[in-house]
Amino acid sequence: MRWLALRTGSVVACIAALAIASKLLSANLDTYVFLVVIQCGVAMTLAASLNLINGITGQFSIGHAGFYAVGAYVGAAWTVLWQPIAVRHLPVLQLGTPVGDTLTLLIAVVVGAAAAAVAGVVVGMPSLRLRGDYLAIVTLGFGEVIRVVILNIDAVGGARGLTGIPTLVGSGDLAFFWVFGLVVAVVALSRNLMRTTRGLTWLAVREDEIAADAMGVDTTRVKVTAFVVGSAFAGVAGVMYAHYFTSISPDVFGMDMSIIITTMVVLGGTGSVSGSLLAAIVLTALPEFLRFMQDYRMVIFSTMLVVVMLTRPQGMFGHGEISFSTLKRLRRRRSAGVAEP
Amino acid sequence: MQQIAQQLIYGIQLGSLYALIALGYTMVYGVLRLINFAHGDVYMVGAFVGFYACTRWLPFKDLAVHPEAAGANIALAVVALLLAMAICSAMGVVIERFAYRPLRNGLQKADAHFWGLVLGFPITGLFMPVFAGWGPLVAVAVGIGVGFAMRPLVAWLARRVKLSESRLNALITAIGVSLLLENGGLLVFGANPNFIPNILPEHTYTLPGGVMVGSSQLTILGVSLFLMLSLRYIVMCTRPGKAMRAISHDIEAAKLMGIDTDRVIAFTFALGGSLAGAGGAMVAALTHVKITPLFGLLPGLKAFVAAVLGGAGSLPGAMVGGLLMGSAESFVAGSSLSMFRDAIAFCVLIIILLVRPAGLMGRHVPEKV
Repeated sequence: MRWLALRTGSVVACIAALAIASKLLSANLDTYVFLVVIQCGVAMTLAASLNLINGITGQFSIGHAGFYAVGAYVGAAWTVLWQPIAVRHLPVLQLGTPVGDTLTLLIAVVVGAAAAAVAGVVVGMPSLRLRGDYLAIVTLGFGEVIRVVILNIDAVGGARGLTGIPTLVGSGDLAFFWVFGLVVAVVALSRNLMRTTRGLTWLAVREDEIAADAMGVDTTRVKVTAFVVGSAFAGVAGVMYAHYFTSISPDVFGMDMSIIITTMVVLGGTGSVSGSLLAAIVLTALPEFLRFMQDYRMVIFSTMLVVVMLTRPQGMFGHGEISFSTLKRLRRRRSAGVAEP
Repeated sequence: MQQIAQQLIYGIQLGSLYALIALGYTMVYGVLRLINFAHGDVYMVGAFVGFYACTRWLPFKDLAVHPEAAGANIALAVVALLLAMAICSAMGVVIERFAYRPLRNGLQKADAHFWGLVLGFPITGLFMPVFAGWGPLVAVAVGIGVGFAMRPLVAWLARRVKLSESRLNALITAIGVSLLLENGGLLVFGANPNFIPNILPEHTYTLPGGVMVGSSQLTILGVSLFLMLSLRYIVMCTRPGKAMRAISHDIEAAKLMGIDTDRVIAFTFALGGSLAGAGGAMVAALTHVKITPLFGLLPGLKAFVAAVLGGAGSLPGAMVGGLLMGSAESFVAGSSLSMFRDAIAFCVLIIILLVRPAGLMGRHVPEKV
């Protein structure tokens, strides 16, 4: 019982803290800075969800933007195309009321996550039979195929993109709450995974797939599960993006987006959740605040990518994490240093 | 029938270009087991060299104004082609030396200098307005100075570098180099698409059955065939070629046999780069494709698919794969599914990897524990 109370308590405390932070930030932050913060949140979700696939399970997917796109488009299709029909039968969903907005958004989240998960199964089942760089190229290819397919569906606007999505996330002052609630969810999932038996099988697949297979781990199942969970979270990130920025178009979800997400995970250190979160913040916020660099920033970024790969092949953090215990250890080390004569 | 034959001709033209690029992919893959992502961008640089050679560097004359200059222009075109091949093979060697060799042998002082310099130039470019008045020489000098100042940073990052066996690191490095070339290209060449005026005489021949073949298509096919046959000669009948084959068979054993593997690998990149450069220059001079710094990406990926289709590491496979890819694309583009033109390559890739991962002509290598 104590365990349950602790869990419930921490979840409630987390929600309360997020809600308070959301109110405070949207009241006090500059609009532009707030926009960047929200973008960082979406990027953090994307990086952490790809980290489930690339970092924790050790597969190499570089087509993550495809699932991001599926989530964004299906979620937006629900609110734009199907929700008005649903309202006729369920007046609770009426937009403009807090209950209606929240319910519509939650349904969009579920629908987007489900669609991205289905896409994850469809892509993952065949392609996870491959390994290493071939897997990478196939996922890149699938990401591109998803984009081309969306480009040719006229109901969601084709190349023009889908506009006029209601600002379910952006309206009111709960944007921070929704987006960072998602970040907390994916981080909590990653952290809990690393400490459970199920998570250990994922890590085993990363360390040595053949050995894990020999030990009785159903490697295909583990890989597909990781792929599906990662895709679903990317899909929810897409839903958040669509309902904050109110318009989406296929070129947002192109190959360069996939490569940027991969870069976040790799720079942060594949397997390090905090590393990929930090890299997501840096790679999203830095270009925004370095606008004056214009043409030069991408050159500097790509050079940095190569230099980091050559000098720290394991990424900035490797498998390590920044956590409270790291800070404690650092402090202990420092006080030990002081104590030395 | 005539339509199909016409699409086939176009497909062969496209396919011979894909085959030229695919050969570079497949050679590097055979030797290093590395997907050289930056290869498509070497092709882009080849196209830009071709473009500048045709419009600025060489005294080409516009045939619309000077119809008598056709012969001189053809001679100049050969020079432009050789120029593109030379520059691109040099680029291939530089990429190999500074991006891929440190992955194998560890970062050396020269590498730290090089990457410091590469970082130094855009950083200097940022502050260009400050010393724009002092002349370009000063700017270059400052760039070099800043670059050398960056070197300790690179060296500091590398202080405890552990060599990684992971091929994914190599892949990400390759993606980084590709991004660097694209964005550097945007900086150097500008984002505007470029066109080349008509400088070579254009004839159209009508084959029996009403199929039209342009002289530019014949040129592309002829030059590609010639280059592929020369490559086959180099790989099969010369000592460096023999060394290449030895390395692709077993790199450790090749080292023990006294082969200077680094040199042979550099030679492989030079060969691949020159083929891609030739392809790029021909595209720039003979077809009316928009040349932008980003245009190498898609042909590069498609050529990679062609290499996998034929069997990564196999030279005849790359040629066959390129031709198949080109024909498949031209048929899709000519049919009612033309909007899926760019997706077909990936569909082919997915199917081939699932059905026959070793490719049409590749050897299947079983995994050893």
